[in-house]
Amino acid sequence: MDTITTVGTRGRVGEATPRIDGEPKVTGAFAYASDLHREGMLFGATLRSQVAYARIHSVDTSGAAATPGVVAVMLGSDVPGKNRFGLNFFDQPVLAEDVVRYSGEPIAILAASTPGIARQAIGRIAVELEELPGVYDMEKALAPDAPRLHEFGNVLRHVHIVHGEPDTAEADVWVDGYYETAMQDQAALGPEAGLAVPAEDGGVDLYVATQWLHVDREQIAPCLGLPEDKVRLHLAGVGGAFGSREDIHMQIHACMLALRTGRPVKFSYGREESFHGHVHRHPSRIWMRHGANRDGRLVTLDVRLMFDGGAYASSSPAVVGNAASMAAGPYEIPNVRIEGTVVYTNNPPCGAMRGFGAPQVCFAHEAQMDKLARALSLDPVELRLRNAVSTGSVLPTGQVVTGAAPVRELIERCVAIPLPEPEPDRGRDLMHYPGGAGNVTHGEGIRRGVGLAVGYKNVAFSEGFDDSATARVTLARTPDGPEAEIHTAAVEMGQGLYTFLTQVVRTELEIDRVELHAIDTLIGGAGSTSASRQSTMAGGAVQMACAAVREALYGRARARTASVPPGAELALGDGWVTCDGAPLVELGDLLDEPVSCEAVYHHRPTGNLDENGQGDIHVSFAFAAERAVVEVDEDLGLVRVLQVAAAIDVGRVLNPLGLTGQIEGATAQGLGLGLMEEVQLRDGVISNPSFTDYLIPTILDMPPVVSVAVEDPEPGAPYGLKGIGESPTIVATAAVVAALRDATGRELNRAPVTPDELVGLRGPATTSGPPPIPEVPGQKSVPFYFGMSSGQQKIM
Amino acid sequence: MRVSLTVNGVDRVVDGVEEHESLLHLLREHLDLFGTKNACEQGECGSCSVYLDGVLVCSCLVAAGQAEGGTVTTVEGLSDDGILDPVQQAFIEAGAVQCGFCTPGFVLAAHDLLRHVPDPDDAQIREALSGNLCRCTGYQKIIDAVHRAAGR
Repeated sequence: MDTITTVGTRGRVGEATPRIDGEPKVTGAFAYASDLHREGMLFGATLRSQVAYARIHSVDTSGAAATPGVVAVMLGSDVPGKNRFGLNFFDQPVLAEDVVRYSGEPIAILAASTPGIARQAIGRIAVELEELPGVYDMEKALAPDAPRLHEFGNVLRHVHIVHGEPDTAEADVWVDGYYETAMQDQAALGPEAGLAVPAEDGGVDLYVATQWLHVDREQIAPCLGLPEDKVRLHLAGVGGAFGSREDIHMQIHACMLALRTGRPVKFSYGREESFHGHVHRHPSRIWMRHGANRDGRLVTLDVRLMFDGGAYASSSPAVVGNAASMAAGPYEIPNVRIEGTVVYTNNPPCGAMRGFGAPQVCFAHEAQMDKLARALSLDPVELRLRNAVSTGSVLPTGQVVTGAAPVRELIERCVAIPLPEPEPDRGRDLMHYPGGAGNVTHGEGIRRGVGLAVGYKNVAFSEGFDDSATARVTLARTPDGPEAEIHTAAVEMGQGLYTFLTQVVRTELEIDRVELHAIDTLIGGAGSTSASRQSTMAGGAVQMACAAVREALYGRARARTASVPPGAELALGDGWVTCDGAPLVELGDLLDEPVSCEAVYHHRPTGNLDENGQGDIHVSFAFAAERAVVEVDEDLGLVRVLQVAAAIDVGRVLNPLGLTGQIEGATAQGLGLGLMEEVQLRDGVISNPSFTDYLIPTILDMPPVVSVAVEDPEPGAPYGLKGIGESPTIVATAAVVAALRDATGRELNRAPVTPDELVGLRGPATTSGPPPIPEVPGQKSVPFYFGMSSGQQKIM
Repeated sequence: MRVSLTVNGVDRVVDGVEEHESLLHLLREHLDLFGTKNACEQGECGSCSVYLDGVLVCSCLVAAGQAEGGTVTTVEGLSDDGILDPVQQAFIEAGAVQCGFCTPGFVLAAHDLLRHVPDPDDAQIREALSGNLCRCTGYQKIIDAVHRAAGR
């Protein structure tokens, strides 16, 4: 049942190291969650609401229950424990009982002997609903007469940040802008799946693709009415995540049915259900007003931003905290006011996606920087260089940037990357024109544009979270030599974490053979694989555990050999303990019993926002700059991206292959939001839940990404590293759309940009001005003041 | 119904196949060949690519019954007793694998391209692999892998 990994034998930190799971992934042997199977298992299916907001009058399951092959049907009233879960607040029903608040909300589940029977039986559940007038617009959610979707109203969190004197600051030049970004889907290729196996002790073992085993368990156990030690999670192979697996999807449903039937139950969503079964990137509306002096120094900034959180909280409070605190971009601005609101609506819930609030504000502040450069008749590169933050800069929250912040170098290195070779307008291969094989232009009406974007992302969880990570390293003797095993609950979802962890062990213990223990909740938590944090956190924990193993080995060496003089320096090298550089004892001779050490890594503590939005809330920052070059067919609005140049703040290169792969893949997701990706809603109902209708970049859409890694070690981080999973995504959307503006001269204030906008058939997104500031009890989430919370803090 | 076919060189007779089932379902649910992936079931992503009688197909778009008497090669059939196909080896070396969910489909599509075009240029690779979606890599390393495999 374990995912397959091979024993890695080469690669230290900094060296190009092949993936530890590469071979099973290319042969098809790697077991993803959707590949799990057990003798006698049942197949689960979910009945989901087709409408966004309705009162449930009755649910008749008799037709489904009578279907041959159906073993159990369960409703909200059958939830054994508490019928609520959630990442930040337990506000979401496992199965809706009285009301559904979004289209796609689960109402009933069943288990049957085949997937076909399960699907068929779902169609035989009769639900009587009374549709209610819903809220589908984030600004309308603020209206006094809007339907109240939760007992505490529709405002989930409002963040208020004031720094300096924004109300009275004077400037020579002002630019105003309004920006919108769409709901984006993570579109991980592996749909949600998992297998729950009932255990003899009355508990359950759940094999699932997730980003954070322990936070899943913390939500699952109370809903099952079980103590946490009876709910054991095991990581199944993860087919990508990008934030979509931070929230619960099929976990509780599968466990409920397994405990009810006494048989293993597997859920494996299809693509359409996947669109309904996970949270998405928040749609945003952002109003910005920048003031600057003639010399190009930013003086003041006013921001109003709104995020649509959808029907349930998920991680929206943290997302809007991020978006608000980073809305000024990586620039020094002495006077700032930021008002950020996330509201409940009857749209599908939004939560984590790569960038976590930063891509939306980057799209806005970078458009503003270009506008300002034009207003000042200043080179946009120069404007950014003049205002870029550096170590010691003060952010709008009052937080001082204490770590590495090579923003100027990133900008300079990015724009120094050679532009793509000019191509003749006529006579190219068709594939080198916008529209490609569509054969729509032979060179007429082609406009080229170049756009730059700079942005940043907080690394690890913020606002007081102590998201620590645990790891155990065990060194044992094997016939092939000393071999270390790493045990952690940290999740690999494709980014290369496990390969890196083996590099850490090889570096710290000077051995070759390293393997991974199965990933489960039998060890302490590692926190989420998200927020660009897991290389730092799990890597830090493994490094610490290795240090403890090393000390234990030295102790054994001293005890074994009488010849170690006091004060002599012991070290590891080539499978030996050395004393002042000379071989002392072979590791194998010290390993009659294995050495096993566990360690917990914490990042530095952070604080909360005070009443003015001031606080040391972020751990550290990763910066990025990207430049996009595009061609637009101005008659048809078709786009070809020729190149993306990227300069990324990496701290330290850990694995060159993995690094460029992350930069290229993260850039692709940002490009997707710029050009094509939008979850489209009509009255809260997703109208394009498929890969036929929701487009993600193909190999024909992606240009070469030419990247440079800027190494400026982060003080205090293991090996000086910075996570880089998110920063390229954040800047890519803004860079691509900036290039489109440059090519067309149009405003293009909404992402994704459509062909209609590029040719002028559709104008820019409009606004009647920023909405009023909602009254809230404080900077924390509104439900918090009503006594609601999850236990996330407890498990960290 | 019963479907008889040859999969990865082995004759198989599968009973109890339902009429609505696809070749993808037959491989995964009846033959426990999980290397062929289900990611969209609309022929958009190529994750379920297999050879059917020597032709690369999206197995999600082929009814199981259509494979009657046919010869199927899946990703499991590309490697031989632990010896990887050059395309598989190249995908590992080039860093073309991240989460890996799309990899079986890409490996087969690249394998098919190289059968027809032994030394493709970037444009030929992009065109040949345009029916496969990858969400992790941004595709550059996949292109690198195909070039690398072409030399072998």
